[in-house]
Amino acid sequence: MKAPLIEIKNLDVAYQKKLVLSNVSLSVFEHDFIGIIGPNGGGKTSLIKAILGLLKPVGGSIKHSLQKSEIGYLPQGNQVDESFPITVKEVIASGLEHGLKIKLGTAKSRQHKVHNVLEKVGLEALASRPIGELSGGEFQRTLLARAIISSPSLLVLDEPDTHVDNQFETELYALLKELNESITILLVSHDIGIISPYIKSIACVNRDLYYHASNEISEDQLKVYNCPIEIIAHGPVPHRVIKEHIHK
Amino acid sequence: MARCHTGSLKNIFTSRMDLLHLFKYDFFQHAVLAALLMSITCGIIGTYIVSRRMVFISGGITHASFGGVGLGYYLGFPPLAGAAIVAVLAALTTENLTRRKVLRNDSIIAILWSLGMAIGIIFIYLSPGYAPNLMSYLFGSIITVTSTDLWLMLALSITVTAIFTLLYRPILYVAFDEQFSRIRGIPVMFINYLLIVLVALTIVLSIRIAGIILVLSVLTIPQNITNLFTKRFSHIMIGSVVLGFIGSLLGLILSYYMDIPSGACIIFTLVILYMMARLIKVVNFGR
Repeated sequence: MKAPLIEIKNLDVAYQKKLVLSNVSLSVFEHDFIGIIGPNGGGKTSLIKAILGLLKPVGGSIKHSLQKSEIGYLPQGNQVDESFPITVKEVIASGLEHGLKIKLGTAKSRQHKVHNVLEKVGLEALASRPIGELSGGEFQRTLLARAIISSPSLLVLDEPDTHVDNQFETELYALLKELNESITILLVSHDIGIISPYIKSIACVNRDLYYHASNEISEDQLKVYNCPIEIIAHGPVPHRVIKEHIHK
Repeated sequence: MARCHTGSLKNIFTSRMDLLHLFKYDFFQHAVLAALLMSITCGIIGTYIVSRRMVFISGGITHASFGGVGLGYYLGFPPLAGAAIVAVLAALTTENLTRRKVLRNDSIIAILWSLGMAIGIIFIYLSPGYAPNLMSYLFGSIITVTSTDLWLMLALSITVTAIFTLLYRPILYVAFDEQFSRIRGIPVMFINYLLIVLVALTIVLSIRIAGIILVLSVLTIPQNITNLFTKRFSHIMIGSVVLGFIGSLLGLILSYYMDIPSGACIIFTLVILYMMARLIKVVNFGR
């Protein structure tokens, strides 16, 4: 088996002197598509901030086999000031910046990359629009474009599906599925009940972490388990049942 | 007595002159040059302040610098040099304490704001004799700018313009999304500290013209006028430089004809321009 891209071992993370994550271990491998779910305040965002190096762990270790610049990041929408005077194009181009470089004007290759990614997320027509005039979905698409323009090996998304309509959500996941062919994805989802079928495995975070591999429970095994809840639906509704666990 | 120090042009000239005639005088040329240089630094730095919602921090730095003015009077060095040192210290302290989350940001600002004013008042009170230019520090005096002031302002204008030209992208990206910039390896701390020092120096050199009490308006009103019509950082910067200059020139001329202090007159003109711009926007764009 190949070495993991990220190997987290017995991680403890504190936020404002309170322990928000305790004894968390997780290995992220190439081509994974991990959904991180859990209640609000459970430590989902702290986990990815620790992975991104924005929060220093108080215990345990995180081993990266990739450079920081190989990570694409989409923050929670409310972390960005939407009335800031900046255009869609400028936001997306910021995903290409690396380190402190003194440059005048706009390089051709830069413009070319921005153009390509605008096409990919379907924002060509809004390139020069200030971000304050975008809808929720268009804004998320802009942040996604900024995250993927540098062709990262790992894509970390913090609740990309909040404040967006169903149609965008469908498009978003279709795009992520396509990206997942070459990029490893970590996605924090605000919705515990519903999760995209494209997400291969699930990590439940609530101070500690339980990892549910993609092949954890098959339909056959399900019959053996005594299901604690019953979901009624007509027709072939996609669903997945994951193993029961208790957060300490 | 205070009036002549706050920049009433007519007290200097008893006879009324026509406008073109005015431009022949050294003091007026200096004033126009000062207005131009102030518009360049304040137009650029003000855009950063307004976009990053740093107006309150800037107010804190401005008022804290008054402590330096008082120390200057008391210890006998140029009050503006004292203001510059205290403003930079206040700026760095605010930035540092905020980062380390020692105190809430607005509380730090309020404390430095009032502490600076208190120190200023105490030392001016303790200084022997009469503080001749006190009012000009509070309300500005564009017609008494010296050539030293102008050289300093020119140096700052060149520095600010050069930094914003060369580091435009990193500055814009850090101002927009600090966390993302950190992940991209942009030296966020360096940019933040560099910019807060530039903010402090811009404020101090504008105090000569607009005064401690009025300086915030030259950093915010031109930006808000331009922001009505464009939402691009670079456009707001350029528009604010132009509008700041038009506003201060008009204010300067108005202050001569109406025989009122120049600092207040410049602010008043800028506010009138803002209201006109709003009106134009409502008429043309319906909002």
